[in-house]
Amino acid sequence: MIEAVLVMALGAVVLGAALGYAAVRFKVEGDPLVEKIDAILPQTQCGQCGYPGCKPYAQAIAKGEAEINCCPPGGEEGIRKLADLLGREFKPLSAEHGVEKPKRVAFIDEQTCIGCTLCIQACPVDAIVGAAKQMHTIVAVQCTGCELCLPPCPVDCISMVPISETVETWKWTYPIFEVKRAA
Amino acid sequence: MMLKKLFAFNGGVKPDYHKGESNHLPIAAAPLPAELVIPLHQSIGGVPHPLVHAGDCVRKGQLIGGPDGNVSSAVHASTSGTVKAVEPRLMPHTSGLSAPCVVIEPDGRDEWIEHAPVPWRSMSPGEVRDALRDAGVVGLGGAVFPSHLKVNPGKLGHLDTLVINGAECEPFITCDDMQMRERPEGIVKGAAILRDLTQAKQVLVGIEDNKPEAVAAMRAAVERLKAERIEIVAVPTRYPAGGAKQLIRVLTGIEVPHGKRSTDYGVQCFNTGTAYAVWEALELGRPLISRIVTVAGNVETARNYEVHFGTPMQDVIALAKAKPDSDRVIMGGPMMGYRMPSAAVPVVKATNCILVGSKALFPPPPPEMPCIRCGECALACPVDLQPFEMYWFSRAKIFGKAQEYHLFDCIECGCCAYVCPSRIPLVDYYRFAKSEIWARENEKTAADTARERYEFRLAREEREKAEKAAKLAAKATETKAKLAAQAAAAAAAPADAEAAGAAVPPEPTSTATNDPKALIAAAMARAQAQKAVVHPENVEQISPEKQAEIAEIEARRAKLREVAKAAQPQEDQ
Repeated sequence: MIEAVLVMALGAVVLGAALGYAAVRFKVEGDPLVEKIDAILPQTQCGQCGYPGCKPYAQAIAKGEAEINCCPPGGEEGIRKLADLLGREFKPLSAEHGVEKPKRVAFIDEQTCIGCTLCIQACPVDAIVGAAKQMHTIVAVQCTGCELCLPPCPVDCISMVPISETVETWKWTYPIFEVKRAA
Repeated sequence: MMLKKLFAFNGGVKPDYHKGESNHLPIAAAPLPAELVIPLHQSIGGVPHPLVHAGDCVRKGQLIGGPDGNVSSAVHASTSGTVKAVEPRLMPHTSGLSAPCVVIEPDGRDEWIEHAPVPWRSMSPGEVRDALRDAGVVGLGGAVFPSHLKVNPGKLGHLDTLVINGAECEPFITCDDMQMRERPEGIVKGAAILRDLTQAKQVLVGIEDNKPEAVAAMRAAVERLKAERIEIVAVPTRYPAGGAKQLIRVLTGIEVPHGKRSTDYGVQCFNTGTAYAVWEALELGRPLISRIVTVAGNVETARNYEVHFGTPMQDVIALAKAKPDSDRVIMGGPMMGYRMPSAAVPVVKATNCILVGSKALFPPPPPEMPCIRCGECALACPVDLQPFEMYWFSRAKIFGKAQEYHLFDCIECGCCAYVCPSRIPLVDYYRFAKSEIWARENEKTAADTARERYEFRLAREEREKAEKAAKLAAKATETKAKLAAQAAAAAAAPADAEAAGAAVPPEPTSTATNDPKALIAAAMARAQAQKAVVHPENVEQISPEKQAEIAEIEARRAKLREVAKAAQPQEDQ
């Protein structure tokens, strides 16, 4: 009887030690779900979802505090991906957060810019170059099109320019064939 | 003659070749058009930047587009004349989009810029590569990959085999065939240059055995030039034997695996036209400004023309006389070619063939029927892929799975669509999936950059805040310490002060240290004292008139200040 208890106890200790070691050795840093959600979000950092950036929105979704349909730049495809990941029901984009727009970048009219640096402070990805009383300009490749630089501009010199398709970025379309009535 | 053991690739098809239509007439020079439209971006890699402006006079062979970085190739004026504009024009691309082009009005003199042979034997490999890049030499088989990037011995340090690709497997196209028949010496000399540059042990020129004249001409040229280690090999005619990896497999038996390059196995491949262009660029010093183009299909007399880059395709088609029922222009062959948005697009370095089509020649595809998973496409695939799986996942837009089936190893040869009993345009699906995956990949990279930059900004703001707080804290402790020291001094001082009997100024005492009013008063007194100490500079040697002027201005300022002071309280109310 006592041997049996000892054997069981020993087993429990060994397994417990192994599990404890594994918990320390293979500890997961951060919340993997937040990372996964963040990877789906478009990283525009526009704050249209009501959170200060994509990461906070991802955290809110992971906690179940936020709906998955609050991200206009991610669009319908982003919502579908989130719904797939989280096993939630697909919902159309919530209208109060905005509408899906084609991708655009900000453009500063350099004739009008007075060099106030307000847009530089607003840009979440540091895509605006300039200094006080010096003309500012936008690094187009880094601009996410978040539009956060528009409201602070005192002279309204920033406009959003749609990105036009070039030979390099052109995509083959999905093959579509006319369905004809069989004779 | 030594018999060479040849290998075979799986799959492939035998379409109608239609080669005899265009290879019975010698190559003719196409006349200069009224206007040359030379696109700046004619090769894989960076877009060359324009070096000329509207109104400039250029000469034949003059550099008009400088290569943008190393993965790019130069562009030259095809003839002498005047630059009319540097502007976006319709590109020879299925999209029907425009891109920057240099528009040249020929002056008819066709005057060369000064050029001299490149002393490539005495140059370092890097210099030779730069010379090839600046001569605009790119792969003329159709992929237009900059050749200078391929002219290196690779990781192994030497090449075993240099393959010169004269297979030309695609139907209708005979430009390499005619060049090999008429200009074999240039090709062999170019192959010898490439052999020396890549330090290849042997050169194998693969030519499909449906071109016996080309094989004979090339063999004769090798004999005549006594070219060493160059062998002309006739390979079985089977589409797509002219694919680089397929020809390498046929000639050497080496199957280049997924994700590897042929140079990892000591093999490199160039087109015959490219070899000729290398010879022209290095031995004659002539940049690449024209190429041989087959005009075939629905035309009266199909033929090969030497065409200057920038010539509108319709001008070349007019020479061959298109039949009235022609309704489309294809660049390339019927299997892999691209439909052009208009016949007005220019001939570029990638244009090996201008194929004129009609409804009779290429009937519209019958309706697509469901895939029955018969596996015919897998048998026909020369890359040993599973086309029906790739089709399934591309169609369903499950791109990850499509990539798992090695979608990007697909060479878009069209064999699968050719044999498909359900007549599914499989390649269209692959092209769609590939471009979609590329776009997503780019989007993802952009998103990752944005995330990184956003996080960096947050970290920076955090750090700045912490630094500011630390600075303030340090200053506060410093002030406190100073005040404490002063208090201590004051506490020690009274005895001395009383002994001296002097009036002690109201120094802050230990009780006053915590009194903000006293602190402010002390700070103001200090500021006043500092102000009194500071003298304005450059006032010692001023003439009395100047002095008076300054005084006057000062008086005016004081008056203004008073006015402003008087106005302020009113505003506040």
